[in-house]
Amino acid sequence: MASMRDIKRRKQSVSSTQQITKAMKLVSTVKLQKARTKAEQTSPYFEAMYSTICSMLAKAGTVDNKYLKDNGSEKKAVIVISSNRGLAGGYNSNIAKQITGSDLKKEDVKLYVIGHKAGDSLARKGYEVAKDYSPVMEAPTYADAISICNDVLEAYAAGEVGEIYLVYTHFKNTVSQVPKMMKLLPAEISEEDVQAASNSNVLMNFEPNEEEALELIIPKYVTSLVFGALTEAVASENGARMQAMDSATNNAEDIISDLSLKYNRARQGSITQELTEIIAGAEALT
Amino acid sequence: MADNTFKISIVTPERILYEGEATMVEFNTVEGQIGVLPMHIPLTTVIAPGICTITEGETQKKAAVHAGLAEILPDKVTLLAEIAEWPDEIDLERARSAEDRARERLANKGDDVDVLRAEIALKKALVRQDILA
Repeated sequence: MASMRDIKRRKQSVSSTQQITKAMKLVSTVKLQKARTKAEQTSPYFEAMYSTICSMLAKAGTVDNKYLKDNGSEKKAVIVISSNRGLAGGYNSNIAKQITGSDLKKEDVKLYVIGHKAGDSLARKGYEVAKDYSPVMEAPTYADAISICNDVLEAYAAGEVGEIYLVYTHFKNTVSQVPKMMKLLPAEISEEDVQAASNSNVLMNFEPNEEEALELIIPKYVTSLVFGALTEAVASENGARMQAMDSATNNAEDIISDLSLKYNRARQGSITQELTEIIAGAEALT
Repeated sequence: MADNTFKISIVTPERILYEGEATMVEFNTVEGQIGVLPMHIPLTTVIAPGICTITEGETQKKAAVHAGLAEILPDKVTLLAEIAEWPDEIDLERARSAEDRARERLANKGDDVDVLRAEIALKKALVRQDILA
């Protein structure tokens, strides 16, 4: 049986860890609230953007646009959004799994990494990292999304990559975050939405004409998607960390109560032993 | 709702800048300036940096709108702006220094100068100063 001193020392160390996890939980709760309002504020912009794109495609039909058709390149650009800090449960490894578990071939993938964690683990596995924008994750702004998209779209326009994917964690609610992979380009918009847009009997005009307008609008559409994903990822990261720290705090609680029991038992044991020794000593004298 | 007004909303990625009724709204597009009155034909157009003026009866509101797109329907106008701001949010000093920087970059054009970007930066800086003047 471990000595009383050992148990006591261990109990102290667990309880100081618990204090840290508790504090981290509180911090991420506050951050989550902020990030969530931010994520909610971006959604009207994105929804309006999406419906505009749908109505454009419904009107434009099969416009010959470089963003809508295959450019023949085998390479695939993947924008990976994870976090710069760990201790968020499975948050970062789930993101990495989205890529390793997908049917994309390792040689074909070019990563545009936002957030060290998933980026590093994928780089170790042998994926090619084209660019790293990790510092962005601290406080993503729309300007950041623009500069990331510019780089990726340039590569797309130059024919270096044929498809663009986005991997991020969708923020469903405080307790549920779902890692997601989505195809950005060539643009895929669900048939139903296009149908719905074309059924609303508004005859939309475009200025400049459809092709030029699409040319200008699709990059904006992609940027708005990336920005939306960034803000959601921040919310998800804090949500995941909050949960992880909550369960860590609970675990520490369990361990402490277990150790307390052991400590008390050991203390009682030593008292009993001392008493027996004293009594035995007294008996020997008489 | 009276017949001579329509709904106007200016939405940016970070927030909803303005939502309300208007009798007329004017802004810049890549094709030139346009003014929208109620019952305009449906039109989607791309916004160029400029001042957006919202007229509601007697009152006028101005905002600087840089880049984005506008969706016009007979009873509703939505400006999806990448950047939009009220005059009191603009830092005049910053706009001036941005103008100087952009002019400088345009003046000594090297191979590594992105002319298009510098021109856009210049336009934005000028719009910001305009709206405060």
